[in-house]
Amino acid sequence: MTWHELVAVAALAGVLAFAIRRPRDYPEAVAAVPAALLVVLTGGLSAQEAWHQLTTLLPVVIFLIAVLVIADACDAEGLFAALGGVLGRASHGRPQLLLTQVFVVAALTTAVLSLDATVILLTPVIVATALRARVSARPHVYACTHLANSASLLLPVSNLTNLLALSASGLSFVRFAGLMLFPWLVVIAGEYAVFRRFFAADLSGAATATGPSTASATGATSPPDPLPRALRSDLAVPMPQTEPIPRGPLIAVGLVLLGFGIAAPLHLEPVWFAVAGAVGLAAYGLVRRRLTARRVARAASLDFGIFVLGLGVVVSAVAAGGLGHAVDRILPSGASFLALLGVAAVAAFLANLLNNLPALLLLLPLLAGRGAGAILAALIGVNVGPNLTYVGSLATLLWRRVLRQRGIEPALREFLYLGALTVPLTVVLGVVALWCSLALVGS
Amino acid sequence: MTVLVWITEGSWQACVDAALATAASSEPIVLAHVTPAALHGAAEGAFGALLGRHHRDPAAQIDHLASESAQALLAAATARVGTWPGGIETIERRGHVEREVVALAAGVRLLVCGRTGDTGHLGPRSLGHATRFVVDHAPCAVLLVWPGPAPDIATLPPPPPDHSPPR
Repeated sequence: MTWHELVAVAALAGVLAFAIRRPRDYPEAVAAVPAALLVVLTGGLSAQEAWHQLTTLLPVVIFLIAVLVIADACDAEGLFAALGGVLGRASHGRPQLLLTQVFVVAALTTAVLSLDATVILLTPVIVATALRARVSARPHVYACTHLANSASLLLPVSNLTNLLALSASGLSFVRFAGLMLFPWLVVIAGEYAVFRRFFAADLSGAATATGPSTASATGATSPPDPLPRALRSDLAVPMPQTEPIPRGPLIAVGLVLLGFGIAAPLHLEPVWFAVAGAVGLAAYGLVRRRLTARRVARAASLDFGIFVLGLGVVVSAVAAGGLGHAVDRILPSGASFLALLGVAAVAAFLANLLNNLPALLLLLPLLAGRGAGAILAALIGVNVGPNLTYVGSLATLLWRRVLRQRGIEPALREFLYLGALTVPLTVVLGVVALWCSLALVGS
Repeated sequence: MTVLVWITEGSWQACVDAALATAASSEPIVLAHVTPAALHGAAEGAFGALLGRHHRDPAAQIDHLASESAQALLAAATARVGTWPGGIETIERRGHVEREVVALAAGVRLLVCGRTGDTGHLGPRSLGHATRFVVDHAPCAVLLVWPGPAPDIATLPPPPPDHSPPR
């Protein structure tokens, strides 16, 4: 390993450590931009290569920012709160039914509005819904966090990794979705089967238990179950509403999806439909005073975009060096089932070692000549894999220390155990399904 | 001596009623609710993986919601007890549920807890993992109640094939 390769690896480690520790709440870009400059100045990557990487990543970053703005505007219109209300009523306090509905809603939210929307916007609403129904919130929280990863296979917009892979794969938006539909469904079904067994006690216990309705029926001594104050007033926490699902955002999101579908025949880039949707929904929210310019700017998180660009340059330098060659040597080639499984396994391993974003940035240049099937298999690995350790195992170590410093015990054993049960199963199921899709549809 | 009532979402009313029927009027009743740390942990983990996107922390919102919900549950349980000569105390904690409950049970006379598993059938599955741990490790007497009417005796599983009745 030459010294500028060492600099690149150290820069990547530094960027990731900074991103997890976030000293003084500085944005991640504070470390990523100097790290990117460092690898270029030390010769780890030429200025032309760095520029090429930036221009490749920029449309992807714009696409992601547009999707983040769309999701936040949907939240401001009350979409997620209304969904929570619908789930609360339709589940009739039955935790098994609620879990099934949470699976459907979380899978669709992740697929259409990206995993960020599920983690940041949907999860608190689902917790509120479960708490209000007086059922254990544990399975439902895990369902949201797991599906944010494993249900992000369907559309290019579901995950930043998919957007990064889309152009490298040479697939159109619709073809991508067509090939990933079967893996998406199979992976979700695998998660569901494990969840039903893993959380059997939580899901059956409250089925006969006393919910709020019984509470008011069982006697004059028990007061009506009060709605948690956070659900009533605090704007920071969306409450499960009784209002119907708002139509405006649904129509807008439907039009954007339609745009993605017709983008290829019209020879337009899908990103422009996302940008149009983001601008339209933001304007709609601003006019209706559901949104403020400040909130839109925050949802767009431009600092995140800069972080991704910086990270992309640093990872490019790492991929061009000895580490990239080492990964290249262990990546199987060919389109056989075992080759695809091998690519997915390496991708899942790297996603857990680093984080899914740098893992995919590292893999993409190595997979460029191996066909769309290999790239989609890598996506199964980097998207589903993080359910094993979430942040990536190195990062998890740091993250545990951060939590400890804040006096929080992360209950790591439970989610590692659940991850160990779901991830190997769903990665294998996903690759089997992908292999079938490729055989049926062709890549 | 003290009677500790473990308040959970599914069984709090039955537990409060059982405590009222069992406690001596001079005994203090302590109502305790523990929010599982996993609620926060799972959300924090997923959020931590979203490098660079942290304008709103779902884990903090979940803590807020869980705390409000626990307080509402404890308030409802306190109201169900009504006035009690021995006095009522409420405790709200967050952490490893079963271990927190066992720790709270140190020095009390009686712990009242509800079954939290499959409460439709008689058998070991009617105790969820946390209840099983608490029953196994409680440093005091335990009163284990059904959250609703107990299942019919017909749901008793048949004896294993090699089981011979005692002479």
